[in-house]
Amino acid sequence: MGNISRRTMLGATGGLIAGGLLKTRADALGVEEGAARLQTAQADPTKVLGAPTSVLGQRAPAEQPQRVMGRPAVTASSRTPIEQLQGIITPADLHFERHHAGVPAIDPDGYELLIHGMVDRPMRFTLDDLKRFPAESRLCFVECSGNGGAAYNPNAAPERSPSQIDGLLSTSEWTGVLLSTLLREVGVGRGASWLLAEGGDAAVMARSVPLEKALDDAMIAYGQNGEAIRPAQGYPARLLLPGWEGNAQVKWLRRLEVSDRPSMTREETSKYTDPLADGTARQFSFVMDAKSIITFPAFPNVLPERGWWEITGLAWSGRGRITRVEVSTDGGDTWASAQLQEPVLSKCATRFRHIWNWDGGVAVLMSRAIDETGYVQPDLETQMAARGAGTSYHYNSIRPWRVEVDGGVYFAQGEGA
Amino acid sequence: MSRLAQGPAPERFARIRFVPFGLLAAATLVFYGCGPNTPDGESGAVTSGSAEWPSTFAIGHDATPAQIEALDIDFGPDGAGAPPGSGSVAEGKVVYDTKCVGCHGTTGQEGPNDRLVGREPSEGFPFGERRGIRRTIGNYWPYATTIFDYVTRAMPMTAPGSLTPDEVYAVAAYILFLNEIIPEDAIMNAETLPAVTMPARDRFVPDDRVGGPEVR
Repeated sequence: MGNISRRTMLGATGGLIAGGLLKTRADALGVEEGAARLQTAQADPTKVLGAPTSVLGQRAPAEQPQRVMGRPAVTASSRTPIEQLQGIITPADLHFERHHAGVPAIDPDGYELLIHGMVDRPMRFTLDDLKRFPAESRLCFVECSGNGGAAYNPNAAPERSPSQIDGLLSTSEWTGVLLSTLLREVGVGRGASWLLAEGGDAAVMARSVPLEKALDDAMIAYGQNGEAIRPAQGYPARLLLPGWEGNAQVKWLRRLEVSDRPSMTREETSKYTDPLADGTARQFSFVMDAKSIITFPAFPNVLPERGWWEITGLAWSGRGRITRVEVSTDGGDTWASAQLQEPVLSKCATRFRHIWNWDGGVAVLMSRAIDETGYVQPDLETQMAARGAGTSYHYNSIRPWRVEVDGGVYFAQGEGA
Repeated sequence: MSRLAQGPAPERFARIRFVPFGLLAAATLVFYGCGPNTPDGESGAVTSGSAEWPSTFAIGHDATPAQIEALDIDFGPDGAGAPPGSGSVAEGKVVYDTKCVGCHGTTGQEGPNDRLVGREPSEGFPFGERRGIRRTIGNYWPYATTIFDYVTRAMPMTAPGSLTPDEVYAVAAYILFLNEIIPEDAIMNAETLPAVTMPARDRFVPDDRVGGPEVR
């Protein structure tokens, strides 16, 4: 409406210098009209005036990646479409979600983080306070410890995409204040060894975290890929524990209580514990083991012809840097070192690439990650032998893909190796 | 709950602990030129003075006991700071049948949400051995206090945090009774709930994964 009347007005006062008028008319496009110019690809874009500047960018019409999920739910997850992304960074609006009682709407002006317990001086920090402290930025992955559960099965369905298997993985540049900086302000009491981290969501979700990690590289993050953390990732501030399972990295962080023992919340007893074949359950299994997955070629890709293709995917370890990724194109009989794309960062997704000349026959593709501790991503059989077929969480076995003669690619758990 | 008042007064060691960190930060700032980037020979020498971290940044606000108490809701296995109140099995049945039954079923086993009741399998702890065994409070949860802690935080789903301590003690009593862990005449309160020994209490072990070549 406003655009139309403005253009009408411009037309009515058209007796101006031609060049000036043209510039004015072009600039007079409204936001919607300008955006609309990007919606239809032009046969010859060099002969049609393009879209103007805009206050907010948009994706190319042909590129509309979405999170992978079922019906919207408040206690559920949505997955990053890892096979549709390049490099290692996850766009913030495609970061995976796992909520326990929905995404809270938090007023940043009323937000406070309380730190108390075994401290010299219990304190509250507003969002502005947090941002005033010396800050750090780092790239690291966040992965749900239940990621890959569908693959922990020798008979897993072949029609599964990388995101359907391992899409509870995202990588961002996080910015915030190191937790050690805040603990230095409050003064940690002698004998303290744990913190309780508590969220401000409707589950008031809470996890106990060892003080050692808090003093190592834990961060109170408020920035994600250059902007404020998105609500689904913990706005206005979350706990970031590089390399550790996502659940412990409490979003919407409202309280940290310094203590000398864990609180044994539901999320560290009933959930997020890993029963083992020996009749025990592993507790506080925070670190994400080294893992990799080929994201291309993978289901539902169909290779249209034989010849050279680049096998690519992601590798990551919660214990440090990825030192090597090995790729097999023959079901694990032989392995070759893949090229690691810089940057290769500690506790961060690493992109790997490996060129492959497909001869048109059946091929089983695999990748295995090796981290700086010397850990080698195991195959499913080895992992099941170590933990038991019924274990939960931390599913990091090798992900095989079977290329059929028609070029179709299918998840192929149980193949080879 | 805060344990500050219980043990010996915590001694100040934070400063000792963090001196190396402060020096590291200072060194980093110097080497990476956080100060004015002045070429040699010109006035305005680069100093490291501004990069030294102060003993405190004096940012933030003191938290009063009332402000802490308003948020300090956790109830751990030692029962420290547990809220006053109590509840019986019979009272818990009333709470359960009113506010829990819709998601957890008439006997705590029917769902549709998490199954709360059940002691099967009666032998061993075979959850790691084979898939598909439903975890319940009776067969898997190691601490009774977790019921109180979790219900206080998050239940009922559509009205989280709405139950009184008496109601939470009562519903914990009822769930423990249904799981055949406490008798029907038991009363749960700040003393008795932490004293309940859960069947799976000794099944939980620390994480033994350490990286390196061994797959655990």
